Amino acid sequence: MDWLNALLQGTLLGGYYALLATGLSLVFGVMRLVNLANGDLAVLAAYVALVVVRATGINPFLAILPVIVVLALAGYLLQRLILNRTVERGPLPPLIVTFGLAVIIQNALLVVFTANSQGLDAGAIENASIDLGNGLAVGLYPVLTLLVAVVTLGGLSLFLGRTRLGRALRAASDDREAASMVGIDNDHLYGVAMAIAMGTLALAGIFLGIRTTFAPSDGPVSLIFAFETVILGGLGSLWGTLVGGIVLGVAQAFGNQVNPAFQLLAGHLVFLAILLFRPQGLFPRAGVRQV
Amino acid sequence: MSLLDVQAVDSFYDDLQALFSVNVTVDEGTVVAIIGANGSGKSTLLRVIAGLQPARSGQVRYDGVPLANLPAHERVARGIALVPEGRRIFPSLSVLENLKVGAYRRRPGPWTLDRVVDLFPLLRPLLARNAAVLSGGEQQALAIGRALMGNPRLLLLDEVSLGLAPTIVRQLYAGLPAIVSAGTTILLVEQSIDQALAAASGMYCLLEGRVALAGPPAGLTRDAISAAYFGI
Repeated sequence: MDWLNALLQGTLLGGYYALLATGLSLVFGVMRLVNLANGDLAVLAAYVALVVVRATGINPFLAILPVIVVLALAGYLLQRLILNRTVERGPLPPLIVTFGLAVIIQNALLVVFTANSQGLDAGAIENASIDLGNGLAVGLYPVLTLLVAVVTLGGLSLFLGRTRLGRALRAASDDREAASMVGIDNDHLYGVAMAIAMGTLALAGIFLGIRTTFAPSDGPVSLIFAFETVILGGLGSLWGTLVGGIVLGVAQAFGNQVNPAFQLLAGHLVFLAILLFRPQGLFPRAGVRQV
Repeated sequence: MSLLDVQAVDSFYDDLQALFSVNVTVDEGTVVAIIGANGSGKSTLLRVIAGLQPARSGQVRYDGVPLANLPAHERVARGIALVPEGRRIFPSLSVLENLKVGAYRRRPGPWTLDRVVDLFPLLRPLLARNAAVLSGGEQQALAIGRALMGNPRLLLLDEVSLGLAPTIVRQLYAGLPAIVSAGTTILLVEQSIDQALAAASGMYCLLEGRVALAGPPAGLTRDAISAAYFGI
């Protein structure tokens, strides 16, 4: 029963990791950009939510919409003004620039908000649980997180598969120059992709902020979890990202079951094992260029 | 007034000059062929017109307006479509999606999905197929169809026949009159002369980046054309 419980809790935790990794996966899938600031942008989103909540006194869940708008706009500008200048020059310049961005975000947050831990208070839902019988129970909040991750990935997948803009994003991902030959403005489109990615990071940041306390230096750990999730699932594959998150979450929960000190280690070991035996991930996107 | 006027265009790949003061004129409603050997600058010329490659000097006038540094995607919006060398279809998209993405700019005009598939019926049973698994000829039909979905006023065709069996080449060329009668002007580039000259009312022969011969194919002798083509 304990292991079943671990499987359940790990799966739910995987929803959170998938949410954290969606933006990273999308941005890599569309423009082969590895965003090393992914975790710090999620933490930044949590702080933006904190500012909104403090200024208005609303529940953090109601702050989701304004925070998404703010982050999406910032993402579009970030891409148009800075990252578009780097993506055409190979994989290394975007790495360096987003690494620099991560350092800037961490230090700016430190200056403005100090190193003290902060939290978002969502009220009673944080401790509510659903009794499944047989001594099993799941937290309402983790279930909600997984649900939001599934809806986010499903929505994104529908958007990419069924809409004019989504089609253009996939075309630009296949062949940037050929995309311009059918009239696609790659610079604008990349901006849209980053705006969407930052929108999902806004969601991830708010769920992070409600789930646990956060501090300016928390970004890199989030980045590692997101990174492992994307690699486990397969680069550029959205549903793979969900599976990757769940694999990571379950691995950590099982590690925790053996010994609480093994939680993170177990996740990293499973990640390394997959990297060793199946480096393309569990669900690699067909035809993805290897970097 | 001509639809396209390429005036004294020079173009470079880094320090290597690919085009030397090239002049080309294309009148609306015609088919013009550019022929020349490998490396004579034909593809470069089309890329300059499409906005994918800069002209260091000279200018490209389209519909009387100099295009200057207008980016490629804006030229598509104005009605210039390129079917590139190597076809460059989107491999992760289905055939249908490739055609739909061709209409990304929503330019109004006669070409719709149905009309494009009527023009190249071989595409009809393939619509749901992944574009990457098509044969070369099917990919070429798709590439032309994708360009037509943008309702171009000027269609640039780069080496339609390259690597394809003669039957499929004939099939593709058989579609050109319907494209012209729908109101699209065609500038095509070919290495193989016969097919191109049969379809075209005007001809330019490029040799090492320069126009070596120009005129209506009917008025040129076979000897004059091969002399210009091979530079002998």
